[in-house]
Amino acid sequence: MIYVTRRVEFSASHYYHNPSLSPEENRRIFGKCNNPHGHGHNYTLEVSVAGEVDPVTGMVIDLKDLKKLLEQEVLQLMDHRFLNVEVPAFASTIPTTENMAIEIWKLLAPKLALGKLHRIRLSETPDLFVDYYGD
Amino acid sequence: MVYLTRRYRFSAAHRLHSEALDAGENARVYGKCNNPYGHGHNYVLEVTVAGRVDPQTGMVCDLARLDGAVEHEVLDSFDQMNLNLDAECFRSRVPTTENLCIEIFNLLRRRLYGAGGPSSARLARIRLEETNSNYFEYDGEPDQKEPGRKAR
Repeated sequence: MIYVTRRVEFSASHYYHNPSLSPEENRRIFGKCNNPHGHGHNYTLEVSVAGEVDPVTGMVIDLKDLKKLLEQEVLQLMDHRFLNVEVPAFASTIPTTENMAIEIWKLLAPKLALGKLHRIRLSETPDLFVDYYGD
Repeated sequence: MVYLTRRYRFSAAHRLHSEALDAGENARVYGKCNNPYGHGHNYVLEVTVAGRVDPQTGMVCDLARLDGAVEHEVLDSFDQMNLNLDAECFRSRVPTTENLCIEIFNLLRRRLYGAGGPSSARLARIRLEETNSNYFEYDGEPDQKEPGRKAR
């Protein structure tokens, strides 16, 4: 078993707000991230696929295909978007980096033709990232 | 258990081409990487060893000896080389970074476990970056791992 990872970057804006909490509670929990006008990040997404090396090609999956899949499923949906307003999944879920990683897993897992999705790593800034293994 | 990772860099040329495929299929599968003249990368290799901290030295393994093992087993064989032409192991295998990652794991595992290995630490993982956009990780087959350790 070997793990292959593709890294892509995208930029998006978001804010954190839970409508079931009072404005004061939202401000206390989310701090500056509660600003309703939103703020943005340059996200780095790392998608890891696990599989066996094909003895003919020497590859687990074609990285060009994975790049295309990431463009179609993730970047078209999230790159240069206001996540709260423009991405349907975040109409009812707070677009935290945690929830984004889970959402990206859900988008990609059923679409992988070869190999098995192993990990989504989403970095919000160079100092902060989230790993999700689908469980 | 403590995991220690040391990073190394090397540069090499390769061409992705499978003798089992015809010219059209090779071009389709490997794209630009099938160029018969080859192309190169600056590889970033991360070697992770796992072990207990030695109470005498406070270290998991002697880094100088780890460096020696990597220098001898990996860098001498692959740095500034053409993988297809200069590396025996790729005479009959395509030098994809997947295969290179597995090859490096097996070369170092033999060395780290054998007599004169850098310590009782064991090789836990090889991570090999081909470009900034992709990397490959290999932590051995299940029978090479310690029982109960989850691959992550």
